[in-house]
Amino acid sequence: MSSQPGKSHDGAQRDQEVPTTGHSWDGIEEYDNPMPRWWLTIFYITLIWGAVYSILMPSWPGVTGAWPGLLGWSTRGEVAEEVARMTEANAEIDARLAAADLTALSGDPELSQYAVNAGAAVFRTWCAQCHGSGAAGATGFPNLLDDDWLWGGDIASIAYTVTHGIRNETDADARYSQMPVFDELLEPGQIDALANYVLSLSGTPPDSALAAQGAALFADNCVACHMEDGTGNPEIGAPNLADAIWLYGGDYDTVRQSIAGARFGVMPNWNTRLTQSQINAVATYVHALGGGE
Amino acid sequence: MTASEQPPSLYASREPIFPKRVSGPYRRLKWIIMIVTLGIYYVTPWIRWDRGGSLADQAVLIDLANRRFFFFWIEIWPHEFYFVAGLLIMAGLGLFLFTSALGRVWCGYACPQTVWTDLFILVERWIEGDRNARIRLLRRKWDARKARLRVTKWAAWLAIALATGGAWVFYFADAPTLLRDLATFEAPLVAYSTVAILTATTFVFGGFMREQVCIYMCPWPRIQAAMMDEDTITVAYRSWRGEPRGRHRRRHAEVAETTHAADAIGQRVAPADAPRPGDCIDCNACVNVCPMGIDIRDGQQLECITCALCIDACNEIMDKVGQPRGLIDYMALTDEVHETAGKPPIPVWRHVLRPRTILYTVLWAGVGAGLLAALMLREDISVTVAPIRNPVYITLSDGTIRNAYDVRMRNKHGEDRPYRVTVEAQMPLEVALEGARGDTVMVPADSTMLQRLYIMAGPDSTAARSELTGLSIRVEDTASGESVIKDTVFTGRGE
Repeated sequence: MSSQPGKSHDGAQRDQEVPTTGHSWDGIEEYDNPMPRWWLTIFYITLIWGAVYSILMPSWPGVTGAWPGLLGWSTRGEVAEEVARMTEANAEIDARLAAADLTALSGDPELSQYAVNAGAAVFRTWCAQCHGSGAAGATGFPNLLDDDWLWGGDIASIAYTVTHGIRNETDADARYSQMPVFDELLEPGQIDALANYVLSLSGTPPDSALAAQGAALFADNCVACHMEDGTGNPEIGAPNLADAIWLYGGDYDTVRQSIAGARFGVMPNWNTRLTQSQINAVATYVHALGGGE
Repeated sequence: MTASEQPPSLYASREPIFPKRVSGPYRRLKWIIMIVTLGIYYVTPWIRWDRGGSLADQAVLIDLANRRFFFFWIEIWPHEFYFVAGLLIMAGLGLFLFTSALGRVWCGYACPQTVWTDLFILVERWIEGDRNARIRLLRRKWDARKARLRVTKWAAWLAIALATGGAWVFYFADAPTLLRDLATFEAPLVAYSTVAILTATTFVFGGFMREQVCIYMCPWPRIQAAMMDEDTITVAYRSWRGEPRGRHRRRHAEVAETTHAADAIGQRVAPADAPRPGDCIDCNACVNVCPMGIDIRDGQQLECITCALCIDACNEIMDKVGQPRGLIDYMALTDEVHETAGKPPIPVWRHVLRPRTILYTVLWAGVGAGLLAALMLREDISVTVAPIRNPVYITLSDGTIRNAYDVRMRNKHGEDRPYRVTVEAQMPLEVALEGARGDTVMVPADSTMLQRLYIMAGPDSTAARSELTGLSIRVEDTASGESVIKDTVFTGRGE
């Protein structure tokens, strides 16, 4: 910063002869100045840092796996720690949820909010595969957003269904019912008539004359479960045949096939895989989707 | 290679600078600016501003935890961050404008580095004395007196640095509460570490690094080089008038007397004929006061922050030796050319008013006007409506088609507000708010609420049969009567 004539910070260096690297490109040569001290110091520090780091942390690839590092740090371990930390943080409210009376949950906004959010996570992990990420279901897998419930849409019924499942062989308390295979009991013409009658319950059948014949067959074979007006019975999982909602499809062929071959939808019991608080959470979530009774 | 041919070190150690005390109009202006800027910095967080309800009552607060920025009557939410971006753009354009018109005026007067360094030098002078005393103290062997002075100075610097770092954190939390917590060691660790880091940087930058921050660390001087041109007003030395400089000028006083008759009427006329001694008496007053350690007589330099202290110093000397002021002065490069050629200088307003500065002013004002308009037009309640697409609709038992919507309603007020949600459509549609009776929900204070909204169309209605039906959702703050209307669609079976 001195400004006396003929001298500046680096003025002293210019006076000396600095050797060149010996390379010459189009007559341009490069000075072989030494590295600045601060630069070299930082360079050596990074070298040492790199060596120490690779000893302490997972680094060098080997034949059967990488060197794990002396500190034993791993990304998996970090995730496990994080999960354990969250589980720990939620332990208290989870215990409250596991012991909660689900019908009275709306009286506790904090717990209810937690149940819905936790239930959404459980749903995305375990339920979305069949019921869809938006819970709209698919052919053979019920839509959980609507107001039609095979086994009851109040919160206790939903929680029971989640806990024990439907028609599975792994839980003795699973919900169970079985429709006969009417192919073995009725003539094909009778099944045609039945299908026409069933469709007439919620709309216009393809063949009104056949539908009229089907009424008697329905009374003989179906009303025990589906009731006289065809509205079904959630006690035994008998679907409502008089509404606009069809699990397998409401066209004539599909309905005829359902009668002839019967359906046997299965849902796993979740009591062996989910905790009580997770079951309560997902039941609350499903109940809050818009169709809960 | 012999010992004498040892490669030179690329490291140049700092040459200590001892700025001398100076007085004059620019020095006075700098003191005033220092008092004002430091005053703003220290006082601002303590200004209270009642916003009502549960909202913070601090006038200027950056609430990182809740992502709010409060500035007196303005409250900025994270989605309005463009205001901050706009202010930064204005600050940038403002710096462009000032730099192209007045050179490094920011660096010389308002930059925190300059202001705090100035303050530190002031404290240094109070404790250790002026330039000569400080030079003597540096050369003095370590003894009790030197130790006492040094320790006193460092302690004073540290106190200022601590106050600086301490004041910073008050912008990020309720100041009185945080001050109490800091004193009782109950404040969060991040507060202490921020105070510690800023104290350390203030202490080191203001006390020891000083001009090196400007020369080696700050990118702004390099950018400024592109902003300046031959019309930019900078601090310069009238070399044509000062040279040849010499300490024995007095001998030629009589010669000068006649030449400077013209100066009295403001016409600076360059010497046309015989060489005569210049006005510069080479007293080094300009060099001694320079906080950057340069000699302005060498011409424009990267180091110069145009603080104008050399102008004050030189004017004082010129008054003493009976010469006109302005040997060192604010001027543009073109002035030098004009004056050397014997022509009158261009008036200052013509330097300042030129296409470049006008363009910067227009851009700056344009961004400002845009921000102001955005501020005026922004809604006090804000609403977004997102139709749920998974699935787009569902069929209920009786054949009714139902669509669901996520409605996010923001309440910026300090108290809970009842919002009424209604649907405006060409055809009758049934509406239900999840978990609410009727059409009104309470939106909690200072927060955004997510509300599920259901719209139902009868089995054979037009809306159920068409693919898409347009409709509007109106959200009204029933307390203030303000309302927002959002357009969206109803998805039907599409028969």
